[in-house]
Amino acid sequence: MHRYVLGRLLGAIPTIFLIVTISFFLIRIAPGGPFDLERPLEAKVMENLNKIYHLDEPLWSQYLLYLKSIARLDFGPSFYFRDFTINELFAASLPISIQLGMSALALALVVGGGLGVFAALRQNQPGDYGVMAAATLGVTVPNFVVAPILTLILGVYLGWLPTGGWNGGAFVNVILPVVTLALPQVAVVARLTRGSMIEALRSNHVRTARAYGLTDYMVIVVHALRGAILPVVSYLGPAAAALLTGSVVIETIFGIPGIGRYFVQGALNRDYTLVMGTVVVVACFVILFNLLVDLLYALLDPRVRYD
Amino acid sequence: MINTMRATALAAALLAATSMSALAATEYHRGNTADPETLDQHKTSTIYEAHILRDLYEGLVAYSSEGKIIPGVAEEWTASDDGLVYTFKLRDDAKWSNGDPVVADDFEFSLRRIMNPETGAKYANILYPIKNAEAVNKGEMKVEDLGVKAIDDHTLEISLEAATPYFIDLLGHQTGLPVHPASIEKFGNDFVKSENIVTNGPFVLAEFVPNAHIKAVKNPNYHDAANVKLDAVYYHPTEDRSAALRRFQAGELDTNNDAPTEQVDFMREELGDQFRVAPYLGTYYYALNHEDENLAKPEVRQALSMAIDREFLADEIWGSTMVAGYSFIPPGIGNYGEPAYADYKDMSQIDREEKALELLEAAGYSEDNPLKLTINYNTSENHKNTAVAIADMWSPLGVEVSLINTDTKTHYAMLRDRQDFDVARAGWIGDYSDPQNFLFMVESDNDGFNYSRYDNPEYDALMEEAAATIDLEKRAEILKQAEEIFMRDLPFIPLMYYGSMNLVSDKVSGFEDNLLNIHPSRWISISD
Repeated sequence: MHRYVLGRLLGAIPTIFLIVTISFFLIRIAPGGPFDLERPLEAKVMENLNKIYHLDEPLWSQYLLYLKSIARLDFGPSFYFRDFTINELFAASLPISIQLGMSALALALVVGGGLGVFAALRQNQPGDYGVMAAATLGVTVPNFVVAPILTLILGVYLGWLPTGGWNGGAFVNVILPVVTLALPQVAVVARLTRGSMIEALRSNHVRTARAYGLTDYMVIVVHALRGAILPVVSYLGPAAAALLTGSVVIETIFGIPGIGRYFVQGALNRDYTLVMGTVVVVACFVILFNLLVDLLYALLDPRVRYD
Repeated sequence: MINTMRATALAAALLAATSMSALAATEYHRGNTADPETLDQHKTSTIYEAHILRDLYEGLVAYSSEGKIIPGVAEEWTASDDGLVYTFKLRDDAKWSNGDPVVADDFEFSLRRIMNPETGAKYANILYPIKNAEAVNKGEMKVEDLGVKAIDDHTLEISLEAATPYFIDLLGHQTGLPVHPASIEKFGNDFVKSENIVTNGPFVLAEFVPNAHIKAVKNPNYHDAANVKLDAVYYHPTEDRSAALRRFQAGELDTNNDAPTEQVDFMREELGDQFRVAPYLGTYYYALNHEDENLAKPEVRQALSMAIDREFLADEIWGSTMVAGYSFIPPGIGNYGEPAYADYKDMSQIDREEKALELLEAAGYSEDNPLKLTINYNTSENHKNTAVAIADMWSPLGVEVSLINTDTKTHYAMLRDRQDFDVARAGWIGDYSDPQNFLFMVESDNDGFNYSRYDNPEYDALMEEAAATIDLEKRAEILKQAEEIFMRDLPFIPLMYYGSMNLVSDKVSGFEDNLLNIHPSRWISISD
């Protein structure tokens, strides 16, 4: 088991290296540089700026410099947020994105899972149709529509919740962004759980459990759900990575200082180091969560073993 | 010519009396476009950075709530008869937030720092009227050669390259704000961090959380602190204008310096006077590539300009937040009179279209030989709508237009590198209220802004003559001649004058609409 984990982690290094290399050169292809303005710079000033940020060196030497610095986990200075290093920006924003993402994920699992089981137990009955209709709606209505509607109603007209701002993660400030972020996930989790639960309820081991005369609770939760949750778990890997590394839309609409916005801001401002930093962080999260999912599989499914 | 200006206690007292609140801790939540790139004034360039920096620092001059230049750290100044040497008398009671006195040396240090090419100051060239500034900034001279000298603690002398009637306005720009020399020596580039920063303005930085807010608190050492009514100012980056509107409606923002143009009708109805539109010192224009074989013909340029229904653009597309523009220099600018309007300003749209068609036919274009153009614009719903409308207005003339959309950095890199284009969108907001700040853009040696590659010796000569003219009336006449040539040759087609849009809560006083759209928090007060 330990050897398996170690092997997977070591295997991630070439993957990350490849991602860094590709994105490093891709972002440089975009026209314009970090110091381009509507009002152009004096040549001498531009020269000095380029020197400070090593942009005057050949691309391959900049690339080596960058590799060296990220090997030390130093993502370099930001080109746009010039009063901060990328590490400082991430140190402040990553915990916020993680808090937001974890809450949304937890909400999606509990509510989505609950609704899925509820629907599966009432297959083809009004309750099932109701849940599935709501889930379809949840998946199809994008959160840049849901977010403004919710803030308008709950924030502007009713005045119950703040319409934006993080406020140190105060409970009232977190509700709307978490709910909006979780809604589409709730829908997906509900659909997945329902589907696999229906299948599980018909499977041999569940029939056997019923034949033993176990209680409904034991049959549904211990025997059926444990198997039914597997597809949800494999969906959760990428979903968690995406949620924890922030959502551009949610962060922009609610004015939350998470990591998601840096993706777009970095690209638009040609903030090379910021773009690279977010790419590396997201890549690490995706790799890590895929590994976690595989380990969870072993825990949940007795047929899976990593020895 | 001698210019003298005095800060009178009476004026300050009157301003103070206009707003009556100030009991409990007052916080001002100010929506402000985006986060600053940096709080190092010498490295900034944008308007939203200026809003913050003007609150943190005070230059030789400052701004009143009406956006007029008033004495700042300098309580008075004189200019020599030839307009080449300005002597500033600094006030005795100006202090940095750590208690140090603000002295003339600080300004000498600051102006040398911004001109030093090592600093990498993006906007240093705005201060090139200072003697030897350009040579210093280009690394051809030492910083000590800059024409700025501290005579004693309270006397500063600035020498200029040539008489510059807008020099005092220029000092109001954020590049003229001083830095605290001791902090820079001690912390280097980290002097801007909230734990290190020392400022001399009405407020001092408390925290900067990117993408969340910047918090500044009242500076008790500020010389006019007694009249500053706010205890804290929060600047919220409001990139999403619709979200900012909702935050404003919910009372979380007291003001915001922009508004979603697509919701103008709604805001007019729901917010009434809290939605403010005012004339702004800026022009929205299309640059024409004078090296393009079609656009090199003057009659083609005139026809294209004539056929544009600017009232439609301003009122229908921009919801009357812009004003139809028939001159490059916006009306109301300082040191000028009426701008040089295009002669078809008062012609009806039908007559104009007819005339434009004639011009194009005379230039040899017809149904069989249509004029084909591209319009480049940077990403924005309204830039797109404007381009589509203009393409539509040109189509009766038989002009076939294709649109090219790119993101802002790509767009301006394209213009800067002078890549091939026919027609390209751009806009200009004046840095100071003087016609020179608009007309200089198309001087033939202005590599950066002369997107059109316009090259007219007659125009350049007029600009040079104006620069050498001290008499303001004569200078205005010369500049007007230059603008007339501009409107004849059309390096740019002016389309609209910008309007400033602000959301200002009823609770806020001291936020006066003005042409520069400058609203220092120093004058703001908030009632419950």
